[in-house]
Amino acid sequence: MLKNRIIPCLDVKNGRVVKGINFVDLKDAGDPVEQAKIYSDGGADEICFLDITASNENRDTIYDVVEKTSKKCFVPLTVGGGVRSVDDISRLLNCGADKVSINTAAVQNSEVVVESSKKFGSQCIVVAIDAKKSNDKWEIFTHGGRNNTRIDAIEFAGKMQDSGAGELLVTSMDRDGTQVGYDIELMSKISSKVNIPVIASGGVGNLDHLVDGIKLGNASAVLAASIFHYGKHSVKEAKEYLDSKGIPVRI
Amino acid sequence: MNVTIVDYNSGNISSVINSFKEVARDKVNIEVTSDLNKIKSSDKVVLPGQGSFKSCVDALNNISGLVDTLNEFAISNKKPLLGICVGLQMFADIGYEETETKGLGWISGKVSKIDNQNGNYKLPHIGWNEINIVKDSKIFKDIENNSHMYFVHSYEFVPKDKNVISATTDYSSNIVCSVEKENIFGTQFHPEKSDKTGLKIIDNFINL
Repeated sequence: MLKNRIIPCLDVKNGRVVKGINFVDLKDAGDPVEQAKIYSDGGADEICFLDITASNENRDTIYDVVEKTSKKCFVPLTVGGGVRSVDDISRLLNCGADKVSINTAAVQNSEVVVESSKKFGSQCIVVAIDAKKSNDKWEIFTHGGRNNTRIDAIEFAGKMQDSGAGELLVTSMDRDGTQVGYDIELMSKISSKVNIPVIASGGVGNLDHLVDGIKLGNASAVLAASIFHYGKHSVKEAKEYLDSKGIPVRI
Repeated sequence: MNVTIVDYNSGNISSVINSFKEVARDKVNIEVTSDLNKIKSSDKVVLPGQGSFKSCVDALNNISGLVDTLNEFAISNKKPLLGICVGLQMFADIGYEETETKGLGWISGKVSKIDNQNGNYKLPHIGWNEINIVKDSKIFKDIENNSHMYFVHSYEFVPKDKNVISATTDYSSNIVCSVEKENIFGTQFHPEKSDKTGLKIIDNFINL
């Protein structure tokens, strides 16, 4: 039976982890490679890096991080943040990323998704949808949540599937950072709209939220950052909890 | 010993390279090349493959003499070869992704889309799934039955002769996920992304 995946996400800025795990035995708490290794050794089903480097001159730092991580972690590695073109995707894959998540570029020009999925295969193209609720619909935000495009998120999800995306990473902008749980309605609506896997993101504060994302939101995978970062829960604890709730996980 | 990973523009193969280098350390030399002479003289060959069946077959055919060299290596000389993902699928006679495309024909059978049971199952089949070992395969030495492996695919290999199947996995149907026919091995899952168990399979292949 296919297992639901737990994906810890690390925010990386200028090649360093922001909000990392505070383990006493960690030599360098800001080193993304070490943090990723802790997650993969702890049973993470995949690792996700979100590059939040703001300045253009430091953008190359992520490539070095990906290259080093992929030599130490042997579970799938997804990299997102600031991916603008097919060339960016190609470079990340060559450095050892297994999947690349595309956000703003996919909204601005869906041809990037069409072209890259044809060139590299749908399996490595993840489209990241950042959505915020507005009355009875959800609208897509780009540029790290600063720009409202007014595009309907549910319809956009269908369009991205048709363009060749292999997975959708859906983040609720309303919930992100709040720790009150995923936007279940958004997750389940997108999940029933498309036939490709949906990864739920944004708002996890406790282990029950992960359960809800899968059971109620119908997500294939759940992504979380802070509950793992601050050592509130380990990936292993999360998996054991999901297992106790009857959710199939890899233990 | 030389193990060659065939680099034929089949998509992203850096993870395959990293994992083989991790397992090989200094004991085995890992070559990544499409050089025909290097392939001929190597002890083992790894045939990766990402993207569609058609794009991989086209990429193989684009390198003059490569298919003949692989035929000579695996069929005439019977040296060990491991196909991963579409690398395994290409063993078939024919594939139906994008359009009908002829495969290498090493293991009789076809590659067709996984039946998603009227949309009840998501495709691609992405994530960790258990393998049911149905035949003692040399690459499964010290691998426990029901181990988890990482999958990502929408098409499946359906071999004619069921005796070549070494493992299956349960999704919308029973999917063939590993084959062994004499010196030819293949996995539908990605051992290079399947953590320690996956690396053990790579180690088993290197140590054949």
